Amino acid sequence: MLDWLHIPMPPAPLLFAQLLVGLINGAFYAMLSLGLAVIFGLLNIINFTHGAQYMLGAFCAWFLLNGLGIGYWPALIIAPVVVGFSGIVIERVFLRQIAGLDHLYGLLLTFGLALIIEGGFRQAYGSSGQPYTIPAELQGAQNLGFMFLPNYRAWVIVASLGVCLATWFVIERTRLGAYLRAATENPVLVQAFGIDVPRMVTLTYGAGVGLAALAGVMAAPIYQVSPLMGTNIIIVVFAVVVIGGMGSILGAIVSGFGLGLIEGLTKVFYPEASNTVIFVIMAIVLLVKPAGLFGRAA
Amino acid sequence: MKLAALAGFAAALTIAPALMIAGAAHAQISGDVVKIGVMNDMSGLYADITGPGSAEAARMAIADFGGTVNGKKIELVTADHQNKPDVGGAIARQWYDNDGVDAIVDVPTSSVALAVQDLARTKQKAFLISGAASSDLTGKACGPTSVHWTYDTVALANGTGSAVVKAGGDSWFFITADYAFGHALERDTATVVKASGGKVLGQVRVPLNTPDFSSYLLQAQASKAKIIGLANAGGDTINSIKQAAEFGIVAGGQKLAGLLVFITDVHSLGLKTANGLQLTEAFYWDQNDASRAWSKRFFEKMNRQPSMVQAGVYGAITHYLNAIKATGSDDAVAVVKKMKETPVNDFMTQNGKIREDGRLVRDMYLFEVKKPEESKGPFDYYKQVGTIPGEEAFKRPAGNECPLVKG
Repeated sequence: MLDWLHIPMPPAPLLFAQLLVGLINGAFYAMLSLGLAVIFGLLNIINFTHGAQYMLGAFCAWFLLNGLGIGYWPALIIAPVVVGFSGIVIERVFLRQIAGLDHLYGLLLTFGLALIIEGGFRQAYGSSGQPYTIPAELQGAQNLGFMFLPNYRAWVIVASLGVCLATWFVIERTRLGAYLRAATENPVLVQAFGIDVPRMVTLTYGAGVGLAALAGVMAAPIYQVSPLMGTNIIIVVFAVVVIGGMGSILGAIVSGFGLGLIEGLTKVFYPEASNTVIFVIMAIVLLVKPAGLFGRAA
Repeated sequence: MKLAALAGFAAALTIAPALMIAGAAHAQISGDVVKIGVMNDMSGLYADITGPGSAEAARMAIADFGGTVNGKKIELVTADHQNKPDVGGAIARQWYDNDGVDAIVDVPTSSVALAVQDLARTKQKAFLISGAASSDLTGKACGPTSVHWTYDTVALANGTGSAVVKAGGDSWFFITADYAFGHALERDTATVVKASGGKVLGQVRVPLNTPDFSSYLLQAQASKAKIIGLANAGGDTINSIKQAAEFGIVAGGQKLAGLLVFITDVHSLGLKTANGLQLTEAFYWDQNDASRAWSKRFFEKMNRQPSMVQAGVYGAITHYLNAIKATGSDDAVAVVKKMKETPVNDFMTQNGKIREDGRLVRDMYLFEVKKPEESKGPFDYYKQVGTIPGEEAFKRPAGNECPLVKG
């Protein structure tokens, strides 16, 4: 098929395996871009602290295990709540002050916060990261014939799909979601109906941050728990959100998984380009459809 | 003032010849200060291996030297090159041209080191390399004012590469960091593997600072090579070893060869994952009384044991300052010439000698990472399984293209 490019086709089993691996990375992209999309959609803030909050989630799980002896499963609940609460504090103390100003202010503020948080952790824990083992229940792997699928990675795909669908359902199909969407369109009118919009905004930011922390906990056993883990992934995730359409929940999910797959294929055919391919796609999408694949033109 | 100095000089001429030498030396230290610039990755994936720890080692070297050389103050400046050759090149230019820096030290990330090397060569300034690994720095890109101190890709290949082939690992697949260092390490190791009768089945070039290696590990798995050679470093090595365990690579009968593994990497991986790894290093804190004494002082400052790169920064700066003291000048050509004439003996190097191409020839050590039950606590990680004599460790099987080497 690709003979004209002089690129050898890999054997089919290897190709399947790569697609599956791409899907796993896509799961992380989807979960992170989902949080970003929720925050952007409802707060109109480009949350650059997202990568740092993902890192905080992983570190929170690490503290729970090494400091208090609390394992992976409780950490899946505790870490997002704790980090989500820190997000609420950030929203109340900082973001509230700049509500209604240009996007640029929010971007600079959250970017600065991210630098401070990551710098602090780097100072305290170094850049190499801390080990976090895979929970006993999910150790081992399944031989699928065409590949060796670690149980933990299978769990990541299932869990993140569940989280993505639940978030989509809450926002698009429930009364609460309807309030949220209405508040985005016209906060004054919604408030006139007796709904506490500022509190809803705060809680939404907390929930978006909690999603990042959840992704961080899930990433901890695969990658090192490292102060740099957020910086490494956040730029890619922003590209995913732009491709999907800023603020579009469905766009974030679909483009997260889709780009994971495309990146996975690049790793087989031309590995040198694997960290650029997403940005090439982003550039093309911006040229052809500036609002993103699933976005509505403003 | 001038008259007094002249009078003093005249007195020195007649009374004490030793004073005269000191007086003459005064004139030859540019700017009346010896300025040392430590440039490395202060915050990225190589920060634990080099970073602030290297700056601290430099500070220790200067303090131990007494803070002055021939009566002139020694100053330290530091910078973060962010692993970007353009950033590193701009800092080096600023330092050499405007800030009066006499020697740039450390510079991990071979692509950055090669950029600084070009500047050091054209501007005839000293460059003491500890962090970078590419053997090209003393090969085709060598320079008369550079010394490559701690280790290089040739030594890693002759150490780990050759040990693994001897133990039966005769077919290799490389997972290579896609920049100057990874390419050099893959090339030098492949040369050793082939020379020892092994074969290379393939390789995959991976962008620097990749979080997920599963795709590349699967390609390595599919190659059916006995050995998967990791031609990467720092965070990349940590992630590839950790994820290889997850995908059952070792359980499936293939072995990993970490071609450049630092003690900070082992610390980060934990012994449960890292045990059994064989690796080549120039230094381990717990080798002898001298290494333990120095490392204890380092630990008190940094709260972690030093990497070989950080220990090398101390050694290189001390040797450099001794050469300035001996020549009475900070002229890089003269000082580096003196460094090459003087054997190196310090807490980590015995009877080291700097070759004409700038390579410090010193013994390297083959270590194996301990099992968790063998370790007494944090940083008790290695047992020494062999010594590779310097001549053997730094021998280039394919010859040297360095123009400084005649014949």
